[in-house]
Amino acid sequence: MEKPKGSAFKKIQATKQMKELMEQHFREMDEAAKTKSRKVAWCTSVGPAELLRAAGFLVFFPENHGAMLGATRMATDLIPTANAIGYSPDICSYLTADVGSYIQGKSPLSKAYPGIEGPPRPDALVFNTNQCRDVQDWFNYYGREFNVPVIGVQTHRGIGNITKAHIDSISAQFKGLVPKLEEITGKKLDMDEFKRVVGLSRQCTDLWKEVLEIASARPSPLTFFDGTIQMGPAVVMRGEQRAVDFYKLLLAELKQRVADGVGAIDNERFRLYWEGMPIWGKLRDLSDQFSSLNTCVLASTYCSSWVFPALDPDDPFDSMARAYIELLIVRDEDYKERYFEDQIRHYRIDGMIFHDAKTCPNNSNNRYGMPERLSKNHSLPTLVINGDLNDLRCYSEEQARTNIEAFIEQLAEK
Amino acid sequence: MSQKDFYGGVDIGASATKSVILNSRKQLLASDVRKTGVDFEACSRESMDAVLASSNLTHQDLVQVFSTGYGRHNVGFANASRTEIACHSKAVFHFFPRRTTVVDVGGQDNKIIHIDAQGRRENFKMNRKCAAGTGAFLEEVAQRMDIPLDRIDSMARQATEVVHMGSYCTVFTKTEILAHLRVGKKLPDIVAGLIESVVKRILEMDPLSGEVVLSGGVIAHNPVMAEMLARHLQHPVNILPNAQLAGAFGAALFASEEPEPTID
Repeated sequence: MEKPKGSAFKKIQATKQMKELMEQHFREMDEAAKTKSRKVAWCTSVGPAELLRAAGFLVFFPENHGAMLGATRMATDLIPTANAIGYSPDICSYLTADVGSYIQGKSPLSKAYPGIEGPPRPDALVFNTNQCRDVQDWFNYYGREFNVPVIGVQTHRGIGNITKAHIDSISAQFKGLVPKLEEITGKKLDMDEFKRVVGLSRQCTDLWKEVLEIASARPSPLTFFDGTIQMGPAVVMRGEQRAVDFYKLLLAELKQRVADGVGAIDNERFRLYWEGMPIWGKLRDLSDQFSSLNTCVLASTYCSSWVFPALDPDDPFDSMARAYIELLIVRDEDYKERYFEDQIRHYRIDGMIFHDAKTCPNNSNNRYGMPERLSKNHSLPTLVINGDLNDLRCYSEEQARTNIEAFIEQLAEK
Repeated sequence: MSQKDFYGGVDIGASATKSVILNSRKQLLASDVRKTGVDFEACSRESMDAVLASSNLTHQDLVQVFSTGYGRHNVGFANASRTEIACHSKAVFHFFPRRTTVVDVGGQDNKIIHIDAQGRRENFKMNRKCAAGTGAFLEEVAQRMDIPLDRIDSMARQATEVVHMGSYCTVFTKTEILAHLRVGKKLPDIVAGLIESVVKRILEMDPLSGEVVLSGGVIAHNPVMAEMLARHLQHPVNILPNAQLAGAFGAALFASEEPEPTID
């Protein structure tokens, strides 16, 4: 049933602007680190980026670098270097790929942007364990290597309802970071600037949410695979005006697609939800396979991880605390099931693919019976694919392709 | 469809390639089983030529040929392909036209498929990437113990007790076998333990509700596995007729029923 490759992949025009923005972002950071004109903080991807920007730092996100290592298929060759110094192949493969990249001095940044050798040297490393504990150990490695401070926030896990105690705890931890950040920059935190940055971040996140939700149109003008590319500015430039401007542009293009009835793939027949991390080194192959099966993977938990509707410029600390604790990855199974139920309904989903990422248990929501519960309680066909975000040694191409093809056959039988 | 219509099915599996010819009444006329080797296209052609020769037919006599298995996209003469999950389901529903749970123990993977009363798949699962609990596991371990594959079933039946294997890793199991041999455990008891280990891997995949039908090459050659599974489930299980041909048979059934080579 699978048609030969012949991609129906439709290029989004705004991608050109996105790529230019990303280059600006990396070149500014490289310049600052080399000339020491600005302090650079490394931040976990759903860490307190707004606070760091307001404090005067340029912000670099190692997870973004990890994803680039995966997408360029450099990761699988670099991970063993980290394994050899004691970082297990079973822990986060962003971490191991990134540490391997650092040890070997090989970075996708130098290939993409001539003149940049690699990530900018940090002045501070700031984490939030809302995603996982690995980010702290990841930053501790660099803390020892660069002899710079590692500070961060410890977030609760498995939360059902968010209480004032949760917010107070995280907010207090954010406030607790300020003296150290001020010591590094030598400047007092400007609260007006903080509010301005949180306001811009909120605008960015609202636009990004609108971009993702436009996939509810039939046919969907956007795929999950598009989302993994277009999300760059929402991750690394939230809190900046240029990210807001970019998402206005992207949204206008996607709205035009909807108005013209243009789908992201030809002859959309089935609509799927992707749960879990992307398999970065296989995005194009998977995108082509789904396209060839007239199947649009149009929504995901992953791309929605940078939607922070709680951000409020009038209450920056508490609203940031709420925004960064509301994320699905922090929540309990009941909350997650209700969330998925909403997503299935909103996007009119025919089936759900769970990516069980070997090295990312916190982003693999199939491990506590969720696919079985969704099938039973919501009559939703589900499929689990074994793989990994970066370590392609954990991925069986043939098994995954056969599973996907069989899943679409199953949907076609209904 | 006339009495002279014939349909082909080819299953390029990880270990073996199977071909069948069905007549217009969906009866099996001939079959061929051979090692897959490294050239999928050549192997599929040789297998189909053999099965045609044994039924005194030529390619021109075939209305359609469907392919399946890991090498399904390498069969140049096939009109279309279906996954092995679809084909095993199809073959099982042909012989057991009711709600069933299919367990296919293959050379390199296991599949569990739930079929509804109309023959539609409700869901399926494939084993994780690791080959533990599959035919490849038995092959590797049998080789280590110098036991020909075709003797595993009869040897397991000679067991007086089952030596339980604690690991689900093929490499660790091989080490575990060394320890059992060192303390004088009998070979048939160890072999029974290996079969039981495959059964345990299957039971870990799914609760196996309702009527169970076993298909695939491993069960065809080791029916003792079905008896062990039945003991664990505490109810009888079925073995599909010509279980090793299930994929190819299902592919030929699709060829006989679906005029269009794609789902479009």
